[in-house]
Amino acid sequence: MVREEFVCDPIKDAALGVVEKPLTKWERVYNFGALRKLFIILVLAATWQAYAMWLGKGLLLPTLTATANALWVNVASGELLRRAWFSISVLLMGYGLGVALAGLFTAIAVSSRIGADFLETMTSMLNPLPAIALLPLALIWFGLGNGSMIFVLVHSVLWPVALNAHTGFRSVSNTLRMVGRNAGLRGARYIVSILIPAASGSILSGLKIGWAFAWRTLIAAELVFGATSNSGGLGWFIYVSKNELEIANVFAGLLTIILIGLFVENVIFRNIELMTVKKWGMQN
Amino acid sequence: MSDQSRLGIGSSVVAPLLEVRGVTLQYKTQDHLVTATYRVNFEICPSDRFVLLGPSGCGKSTLLKAVGGFLQPEEGEIRLKGVRVAKPGPDRMMVFQEFDQLLPWKTVKENVTFTLLKSGRLKGKAAEERAMQYIRKVNLVKFADSYPHTLSGGMKQRVAIARAMAMEPDILLMDEPFAALDALTRRKMQDELLQLWEDTRFTVLFVTHSISEAIAVGNRILLLSPHPGQVKAELNSNGRDEVDPKSGLRLSDKIHSLLFAEKVEERGPVHHD
Repeated sequence: MVREEFVCDPIKDAALGVVEKPLTKWERVYNFGALRKLFIILVLAATWQAYAMWLGKGLLLPTLTATANALWVNVASGELLRRAWFSISVLLMGYGLGVALAGLFTAIAVSSRIGADFLETMTSMLNPLPAIALLPLALIWFGLGNGSMIFVLVHSVLWPVALNAHTGFRSVSNTLRMVGRNAGLRGARYIVSILIPAASGSILSGLKIGWAFAWRTLIAAELVFGATSNSGGLGWFIYVSKNELEIANVFAGLLTIILIGLFVENVIFRNIELMTVKKWGMQN
Repeated sequence: MSDQSRLGIGSSVVAPLLEVRGVTLQYKTQDHLVTATYRVNFEICPSDRFVLLGPSGCGKSTLLKAVGGFLQPEEGEIRLKGVRVAKPGPDRMMVFQEFDQLLPWKTVKENVTFTLLKSGRLKGKAAEERAMQYIRKVNLVKFADSYPHTLSGGMKQRVAIARAMAMEPDILLMDEPFAALDALTRRKMQDELLQLWEDTRFTVLFVTHSISEAIAVGNRILLLSPHPGQVKAELNSNGRDEVDPKSGLRLSDKIHSLLFAEKVEERGPVHHD
């Protein structure tokens, strides 16, 4: 049986009614990841307070309110902020130098096969070595001062950043490379115009890892190392507070370290990602 | 548009734009040295739409890359306007098959101005104006400030074509640019390419494995047989898959039989006397 053919006109937009409608207020609020996580944090905080009050041993586990009070007192006196700034400034020096060296090593690695071999050999030997293990050696070489801190920080930053950047460069698609060469780009211009932006996902990833290693290494080194001249960082603040049995101060110091870490990762790095790889569709 | 102008007849008095003479191309894989093409010869005249057609393994993409300067021939030479092709350059702009040929960190307009700025051909405002001119030609003005990841496949290829054409190169090299598109978009893009050619009369070397695309797009078709690639035939096309009065064969059938060495069936009346 042969069926009859027909042609029909699709309904125009206006007559279709609502094709898109906005989410409800509750759906929009729940979509906001930070709020969900904040809720989890509030639950954890309440648990901490309840347990600490029940335990009643201020030297083992101060209550949340005691910690908050210690935090407030130390911030008000400027002590905590001074120490935090000291830690951060040493970190920035070490981080900056480490990233610059990583850039140099990676540029060499990308330009010649022996350069790549050198980078890969150095990275595989030195990456597994925890930076803190180099601290005694650094003290002998550079003495008591910022020099040894920065040496140790550079070590903790250089290898992960260089490794990630190098891997990122190697993963750039062949098509993009040919586009660059087709435009007549070679050498440094080629690296800057094509390789670096194309590898930005890996590079950012390496920078985040480098930051994490550097921050941990710094606090640990300060705990072990002690103060230089008159001031000291957050690690030193925690060490001194422990010695004075001001455990609430210890917790306040730890909390500050956590807050700084959260800020750098969720505000600074996240915004960099939003302005670069996420905007370009290179990362989801 | 007359058949003559479509065929490019009447341009034989002009010196060839691109000469490929006795070109043998080889490349290394993990374990082997593969000969991709063996002593291939052809010439391209200005405003030609020259198609390299053949099955996989015939070295057509490798040949295109050699013309682009990405690899050097083992034997023979490639000359553009009399000068040997030594390395890649913006005088031979390439359009690739892959969608990721667009720089994802640049908008459509920035992608089109990229080569203009990097090669030093144009600067600032002049480069922007030239870019917008070609973006207009490919009907993407509304998307000039969008990032490539928000575009469809066909739109991305249009941007790639605009980028290549904006340089107004001596020759456009296209490596199966529509192969990754769906069939409907592919047809549309072939028509748009021909319209662009009507407008600017650029010279293009186009690689494809599709017989119908070769006939639709090209005015001159080079057939390559595989393993290693060698020239089998060079044919004319007027864009229509017509029956050739001399042999009684449709062009696509003629090409098919040349490429796949099947027995040729004579069409039309056979007279027994």
